[in-house]
Formats: sequence, structure tokens, C-alpha cells
Amino acid sequence: MPDSQAVFFWLLAALVIGSALAVVLLKNIVHSALYLFLTFVGVAGLYILLHAEFLAAVQLLIYAGAIAVLIVFAVMLVRRGDIRLSNLYSIHFLPALVVSLVLFALVAVAVGRQLWLGYLAPPPEEPLVSLARNFLGEYVIAFEVAAILLLSAIVGAVLIVRGRRRSAP
Amino acid sequence: MITLNHYVALSALLFCIGLLGALGKRNAIAILMGIELMLNAVNINLVAFNRFLQPSQVVGQVFALFIILVAAAEVAVGLALVINIYRRRLDTNIEDLNWLKW
Amino acid sequence: MANLYWIPKAWLIPLLPALAFPFIAFITRKARGLSALTAILAIGVSLVISLGVLWEVIAHGITMDNPVEYSTVWLQIPQLLKIEAGLLIDPLSAVMLLVVTLVAFLVEIYSIGYMEDDPGFSVFFAYLSLFGASMLGLVLANNYFMIYFFWELVGLCSYLLIGFWYHRAEAARAGFKAFVVNRLADFGFLLGFFFLFIIFHTFNFRELAAAIPAYHNVGLLTVAALLVFTGPIGKSAQFPLHVWLPDAMEGPTPVSALIHAATMVAAGVYLLARAYVLFASLPNVMLVVAYVGGFTAIFAATIAIAQRDIKRILAYSTISQLGYMVMAMGVGSMTAGIFHLTTHAFFKALLFLAAGSVIHALHEQDIFRMGGLYKDMKVTTVTFIIGALALAGIPPFAGFWSKDEILAAAYHNGFLGLYILGTLVAFLTAFYMFRLIFITFFGERRAGLHGHESPPVMTIPLGILALLSIFAGFVGTPFTARGFSTFVYYAAPHEVEPDYMVMALSTLVALAGIALAWWLYGRPSDLPERLKESYRWAYNLLWNKFYIDEFYLWIYRRIFWGLAEAFHWHDRHVVDGLWDGVGDVTRASGQKLRYLQTGNLQTYALVFFTAVVVIALWMAGMGGMIR
Repeated sequence: MPDSQAVFFWLLAALVIGSALAVVLLKNIVHSALYLFLTFVGVAGLYILLHAEFLAAVQLLIYAGAIAVLIVFAVMLVRRGDIRLSNLYSIHFLPALVVSLVLFALVAVAVGRQLWLGYLAPPPEEPLVSLARNFLGEYVIAFEVAAILLLSAIVGAVLIVRGRRRSAP
Repeated sequence: MITLNHYVALSALLFCIGLLGALGKRNAIAILMGIELMLNAVNINLVAFNRFLQPSQVVGQVFALFIILVAAAEVAVGLALVINIYRRRLDTNIEDLNWLKW
Repeated sequence: MANLYWIPKAWLIPLLPALAFPFIAFITRKARGLSALTAILAIGVSLVISLGVLWEVIAHGITMDNPVEYSTVWLQIPQLLKIEAGLLIDPLSAVMLLVVTLVAFLVEIYSIGYMEDDPGFSVFFAYLSLFGASMLGLVLANNYFMIYFFWELVGLCSYLLIGFWYHRAEAARAGFKAFVVNRLADFGFLLGFFFLFIIFHTFNFRELAAAIPAYHNVGLLTVAALLVFTGPIGKSAQFPLHVWLPDAMEGPTPVSALIHAATMVAAGVYLLARAYVLFASLPNVMLVVAYVGGFTAIFAATIAIAQRDIKRILAYSTISQLGYMVMAMGVGSMTAGIFHLTTHAFFKALLFLAAGSVIHALHEQDIFRMGGLYKDMKVTTVTFIIGALALAGIPPFAGFWSKDEILAAAYHNGFLGLYILGTLVAFLTAFYMFRLIFITFFGERRAGLHGHESPPVMTIPLGILALLSIFAGFVGTPFTARGFSTFVYYAAPHEVEPDYMVMALSTLVALAGIALAWWLYGRPSDLPERLKESYRWAYNLLWNKFYIDEFYLWIYRRIFWGLAEAFHWHDRHVVDGLWDGVGDVTRASGQKLRYLQTGNLQTYALVFFTAVVVIALWMAGMGGMIR
């Protein structure tokens, strides 16, 4: 009898893979964006299965909440022509398919040959405290740099979107 | 019993789907979506390895968080670029954006 | 040697004038008086330190065998190369320091008057300072590399100063000629001391002095010594590279004085003295040195007889006297060579400055357009005659003692031919100098030119140099106990025995020369003209300086140009053709390959990932994952 873990894993896996395929294969960019949202939610579910609850929350907030919405906004801003044909394959689709399949086959063979002796010890008592210690301790410089990166990304994005100021009235 | 292998295989599949999207789509926004899928696949890997091989620590999660952070910045700038290009060219088709050549 | 005061400060001697150069060039250039003051102050302090150094060298018993050396490693590649920067202070360098600073100091004072109206006044003093600094650095150098560095600086300064009036085509060309001829010689010198380095792995003079006598591969050492000797041949204007020195007369007269007395040509003789151990160990090379010097002495003296330009006569006399010094080195008396260099520095500077005083007054250099100047220019006339007496070797003037020592050395070391030759040169020297004097300062005024005495700023240096020309010789007479020869020497200090025969003979021939000059030129006579007519060919030969310049020009035009044309063709067609071909192939392949750049981002990404997959597959195959 499959345990509840396995059931949830297979369900979430099906959700993630199915919606990811939809993102790539659908021809309507709006639908793609919506399925992307679903993929993110599925990944968040996987994080919960892996006892990374904080990460799941961040995933929902940032990916599902911010990034997916941002993408939908962008889609709206650049919408043009028939929306049903807004997300077509490029001329590289077939070679890309071959490369992707070969890569997956390669990894799958590798994974199949290797058995990691994972042991499921209990997660840390206070995962959040542990995270905080890491961020403000060992990785504090990376943390600060990340803050600067975010700031410059905000400023840069605004500057790029605004474009060159029109000189003529 | 769900092992680490399951997660790694799932992550590999998600990565390859993302790769297909990034390489095989015409719309610049769709390409960004493919890249996001690939980044998510990487994150799953990190968290899974963390959970199965070093359960008492959270280093994998730390890195996953950094990746989410960078992804957010990347999407913001990437979309800004797409919008800017669209305003100049009325086009988001990556195949037409080929003026960086001989 | 704990309580040395001046010697540890010797590094200031070249440094002060060296600093004066940028200071004048960048700061005081607009203020003429300040520029002159800076330059004179710098060299003046150097002069004081040099005096202090000389005094301490004497007082503390520093001899040639136990000099003071300060050295620091400037550049080092372990096991391969070590270049030092350092000072070597022994009696030789102490004497040279004093000579150079003293002459340079007096010349710079004199220049205030001589260059008074020149628009390049400040720049002139800047160059003079750099010139002095280079020469002082050269004198103090403790190794070949450093001496070469300053050697080239001296060459550069001479180029700048000879071509100082560069708007005159002859001056610019003369500077160029001096530079090119010297480069040729410097290249030989460079090769020479590189040879020495390859053999002995050191540039340091003292280490070389210790190593050379123990080395027995005479052939290799001979090549190195001959190459080193080409340096002095160029710098000290020995035959066949003497051609630059007469042309260098195009520079301002104080520069001529400096070049001829203290800075430029002295460098060559000084190098011979510094490298003396190298030459002394090779009798064959010594023979070459001696005969090159002797030949140059007589060769230049004969040319000087027929010249009309006051500065050119002096220039040829310098070449001739340098020949003497080199000959002295060659016959084995380093002491005599340096002694003559010292006395010559004083009286030749005096002669040039006095000639400059004449030129300053008349704006004329042709002696046959002068005459009767003694009435207008008493100080100049008297000092010039003192200089000429010293040069001609009339006792008890300075030149007599040093020349006598050279002749005595030649005679006693078994070079009878060179001794006779030297005596002949003494006769010629007296003759052409007094020909110059009788024509210029006595007789009636020709061409109606009237002179006027120069200002005190010019005549006072003349006076000081005249005193030195009279008295400087006494430090080295055979009658002086513990004189120059026990101070500057090679191998062992020695007392010179007075040789009355040599003294009397050289005095007699000098007096004979003066008498002949008087007989031909000192009284109204048409004899010189008649002689000139009947020996037209000889006169032409001398007037055209044995056609050496023409010969070089012919070589240059015929052989050098031909070679250059051949190399040019080779360069154009073979070398350029080869590399043009490489360029063409590159360009053509680029023309084709650029179509790989589609500009499509996805194509690039696809190639990238394909490569990733291929490499992963290959590594998997290597790892035995796929069988």
C-alpha cells in the first residue's frame, strides 16, 4: 500500500510535468502563462513534501505571486495580432526537441544507475532559525550583494522600460 | 517509497521541458518562461539533495533562495527589455531580433 | 673609514645638476636669470662636494687598490643577471669629478655672457646641466651597465647641444652626424661589455678586475677588448670615427669647450682608464690602442695646419691631443693619459672660451679675416696665448708636464716609433697654434673688423682657467714628490724619473714650431701663398681633411644605399609578401566564416546545449557508463 508521501509525490509530479508541458506546447501565450502559474504551485507543493515549508511560502509569494503576474502583465503590454497564435514554435523546435530528449535520456540513465542511500532523518527543529543563521552568518556577504543586485535590477528595469527620453516634444 | 532518484528524475524532466521551451519557442516571453522552468528544476534538485543527504542542515535551501532571488531580478530586467524592444520594433519574435550579426 | 663626510655624499654630485635640468625646463624657463642661477648653483655645489671628495680621498689614503664602493642591486634575475647601481670612488674618479665640475662650472658662468642674447638661454642651461650630470654619473659608475647608461646620456646631450641652433641646417646636420657616428661606436662598446658579461657574469669593474687576469682564453678576451675600445674611438674621436668632432663646432662655443674639455670626449679616455685591466692584460690590444692613438695624433695635427676656421683648428688639435692620451694608454701609462686629460681639460677649455670671446666680439670665425686683435682684446689675447703655450708644451705650462710624461712613457716602454711621432706632433701643434695666434691677434687688421673686450663674466673664467693652465701641471712633474703618478695609477704607484733628453727635445721642437709659425705668418710675407701654390695637391689634401668625409659619403651613397635598396626589396616583397599573405588568408576565411554569425540567439543557445550534450555523452563514454 503506497504511503501518503508517495501519493502526494506522484500527484504533484503529474501536476508539475503536465502544466510545464502545457506551458511549452500551447500556442496561446496567455494560457502558457496560466499553466506556468500552476507549475510554480506544484513545485511549492514539492517543497512542502521535502519539509522546506519556508521555501514553499517564498515560492508561492515570489514565483506564483510576483513573477507569474509580472509575466501576465508583460503579455498584456506587448499583445498584438491574434492571441491564439501568439506563442508559436520557432524553426529550432525539432533540433531543440532532440537535444532535450537526449539530455533527459542521459540524466535518466545516470539516475537509474546510481542509487543514493538517502536517509530520512528528521529535519532541523527550527528550520527558519537555521536559515537565518546561514543568511546573516556564513553567507552574509552574498546576502548583501543580493540586496544590491535586487536594487540595481529595480532601477535598471525602470530605466530600460522608460526608454530614451524623447528629445522632440 | 519515494527516493532521491525520483526527485532528481522529476527535476531532470522539468529541466528538459524548460530547455525545449527556451530553445524552441518564438515569443521572447515564452523563452523567459522556459528559463523559469529550468530554474525551478534546479531548485527542486537543491532542496531534494539537501533533504536526503544533509537533512540536519539547510544549505541547499539557502542556495535555492538565492536562485529565486536572482530569478526575480532576471525576470524584471528581461521583461523590461522585451517591452522596450517591443516599443521600438512592435515585435517580440526572437527570430526577428537578429541584428547582432555581421 | 668611519668618519668620512664628503664621500658618502658623492651621489649628490650627479644628482644636483640632474635635478636642475627638469627644474629649469619646467619651472624657471621663463625667468632667464633664475635658470642660469639654478644651473650654476647646482654645479657649484657639486664642485664643492667634489673638492671635499678629493680631499678625503687624499686625506684618508684611499688608493686605486682600496677604493670606496657603494652599491645596490638594481635588477636581478637569480643565476642569470645582476645589474648594480653604485658609486666607485677612487683617486681616478675623484680627479675626474673635480675636472668635470670645475670646467662645467666655469663654462656655465661664461655662458651667461656668451648666450646673453639667445632666445634659448634657459634651455641652454638646462641642457648644460643634464650634460654635466650625465658625465658625472659616468665618472662615478661602478659597473659597465651604468657607465653605458650615462655614456648614452652624454651622447644624447651632445646631440642636443651641438644642434642647439637647430634652425641652422649645418648645426642640425652636425648634431645628427655626431649622434650617428657615436651610435656606431656605442654599439661596439655595448657588444664588448656584453661579451665580458657572458664570460665573467658580472658588470662590476672591481669584480672584473679580479677575474680578468685569471682568464686565459685570450682570443675571446681580445674580441671583447677591441669591441670595448670602439666606444672610446667614437666618443674620444679617434681615427676613423673622428669625423663628428670638427662638425660639432656648429654648436655654441661654450658647448665646444665643454665637449672638448670635460664632458664628451673625456668619457672615452676615462673608459679606457676604467677598463684598463682589460687592456693591460692583452699586449696585442694595447698595441692597437697605442697605434690608433698615435696615428690620430699626427693625422689630426696635419689637418689642423691648413684650416682657416678658428674653432676647427682647435677641434683638430683636440683630436690630436686625444690621440696623445689614447697613445699614452696604449704604451702602458694610464697615469700619463689621465694626467694629460686633466691638464688638457683646463687649457683646451681656456682656448675655446677665449676663441668664443673673439667670436662673440667679431661674429666671425675665419682667422684670415681677423688680425691685430691684441689691441682691442688684451685679456683674451693673453689668456689665449697662455693656453696655446700650454698646448704647445712649453715649460713650465701644464701641457708640458703631461705631454712630457706621455713621450717619456713611450720612449721608456720601447715604442721608439711612437715617441718620434709624438715629438713630431708636438712640433706641429706648436706650429699650428702659433700660426693661429700670429694671424688672429697680431699683424694688421684684415677685413676691417674691430674687436671689443668681453664682459667680466666671460673674462674671469678665462683668467681662472689661465691660472690652472699655468699651474695645474705641477701636481705631476717628475720633480714633484708623491705627485700625480703615485695617486692615479694602474698596478702600482711609481715615481717618474725625470728624463732631461726627452724634456729638452720636446721643448726644442715646440720652440722650433713657434719659430716657423713666426717666420711664415708673424711677419709680412707672401711665403705662405707661394708654398700653397707650389704644393697645391698637399694643401688640397689637408684642406679637405684627407677626404675622409667624402670617402664616408661615397661609401654611404654607393654601398650603403645599394644594400639598403636590396633590403628594401626583400622587405617589400618577401617579408611583406609573406605577412600580407597571412593577412589575406585570414581575411578571406573570415569573409566566409562570418555567415556562421546568424545573430539569432536561439541558434547560439542550441549550439551551446548540443555541445553540452555531446561533451556529456563523451564523458559518459569515458566513464564507461555507456557500453
